[in-house]
Amino acid sequence: MRINLSRKQIRNSFVDKVQELSGQNLLACYQCGKCSAGCPAVEDMDILPNQIIRYAQLGLKKELLASKAIWICASCLTCNARCPKGINIAEVIEALRQILLRNRKDHLKVEKLSDKEKEDIPPIALICSMRKFTS
Amino acid sequence: MKISYYPGCTLKNHAKNFEDSTICSLNALGVEVEELSRWNCCGTVFSLTTDDLIHHVAPIRNLIRVKEANYDKVMTVCAMCYNTLKRANERIKSDPESLDILNNFMDREEVQYEGDVQVFHLLEFLKDEIGFKNLAKKVVKPLKKLKVASYYGCLLVRPKEIGFDDMENPTILDDLMNELGAKSVDFPFKTECCGAYQTVDKPEIIADRTNQILTSAREKGAEIVVVSCPLCAFNLDQRQKKTAEKYPEFKHIPVLYFTQPLAIALGCPEESLRFDLNFIDPKPILKEKGLI
Repeated sequence: MRINLSRKQIRNSFVDKVQELSGQNLLACYQCGKCSAGCPAVEDMDILPNQIIRYAQLGLKKELLASKAIWICASCLTCNARCPKGINIAEVIEALRQILLRNRKDHLKVEKLSDKEKEDIPPIALICSMRKFTS
Repeated sequence: MKISYYPGCTLKNHAKNFEDSTICSLNALGVEVEELSRWNCCGTVFSLTTDDLIHHVAPIRNLIRVKEANYDKVMTVCAMCYNTLKRANERIKSDPESLDILNNFMDREEVQYEGDVQVFHLLEFLKDEIGFKNLAKKVVKPLKKLKVASYYGCLLVRPKEIGFDDMENPTILDDLMNELGAKSVDFPFKTECCGAYQTVDKPEIIADRTNQILTSAREKGAEIVVVSCPLCAFNLDQRQKKTAEKYPEFKHIPVLYFTQPLAIALGCPEESLRFDLNFIDPKPILKEKGLI
C-alpha cells in the first residue's frame, strides 16, 4: 500500500482532535509493538494497534477512518495494560470511532437485527453494542 | 449484616441464574441483600473519550440512589456493571469540575453526589469482608474432585485502578474455587477478551475466541468453566452452538456463573441454581461428581 506523507497532513487538526478526545500523547509511542503482540483481535484487523498509533501521529485521517480495525477493537484494554509508555491505545481507537459516530456514521445497523436475534442476545450485549457503535 | 445491591439489567432476565445463586449464597452466609428500590442502566461501558460527560450520568445516578437508601457502599456482581459504576465514580472523584457539571445537570435530584459511595464486587466482599477461610467453614457440600477453570475476562481486572487482582495473573476466583473444595485449573486464556459485544453483529469472531478459550481450558483438564460476566457467559456458553458449527472438532464444556458452584457448596436448593438458563447443561458432570 502506498502512503503519502506531508507536513500539512501531520499538522492537521485531526491529530489534535485524536489527542484531545483520547487524552493521550501520541508522540510518546516508540513502536515497540507490545500492544499488537498482546491484542486478541489482531487476526481480524487491517491496521494493527501499533500501526494505528503511527498513522495517527502522521495524520492519516482517511486511512484510519476507513479502517476495519477500529470496529474490531472491543476495548478489552490489554494494550493499555501492557504499554511501557503508559499510552492508552484503546482510548485512541475510541477517539477514532467517536469522530465518525459524532458525524452520525453508525457502524451497527440495529434495524438489520432480526426479532429472534434481539430476543436471544442479552440486553447487556445489545446496549454495549449500541453504545459503542451508534451515535 | 445487610448490604445494598445493584443488579443491572441482565441479572433480571438472561442471567437470573447469576442473581438467584448470588442471593441464596449470601443468605447462606448470613448476609441480607437489599436491592436498590430504584435503579437504572449502569451505562454498560465506561466512556473512554475525555469530553463525554453525559454518559457518566447513568452510573452516577445509581450512586445517588445508594445514598438515598442510606448506604455508603453498593455491591455488584456483573463485571460490566462493576467496571462502569466504579470507573465513573473514580473519574468524577478525581475531577471536581466534572462532578459539578454532572450535579448541575441532574438538578432535579434531591441528593448531591460527592463521590461518597463505594462500589464493590461480590468477589471482593467474599474475600475481604467474609474471608475465604470463614467461607470455607460454611461449606456443607465440598466441590470434591470438580476441576474448574476460572475465566476472568477483561472487566474485573482492567484497568489497574479499578481491578481487585493482578491484571495479568489474577487468582481470586481460583482461590475461591479451591476453598470450596474444587480443584482449580490454570489456563493461559483466563484474561483474554471473549469478543464482548461483537457478538451482536460479528458472531463469527466470538466463535474463534470461544473455541480458543474453552479448548485451552479443556486441554488443561477443566470440567467446567466459571465466569462473572453475563456477556462472557453468553459468548462462552450460548455461542458454543456457533462455535461447534465453525469448528467441528470443538468439544462442549459447561460454563457457569461462579456463584452457581458457590451456592451448591453452601447447600442452596437446586431451584436457586436455575440451570435451565445455562445453555450447555452442567447437570451431567455435577451429578457424576455427586454434587446435585
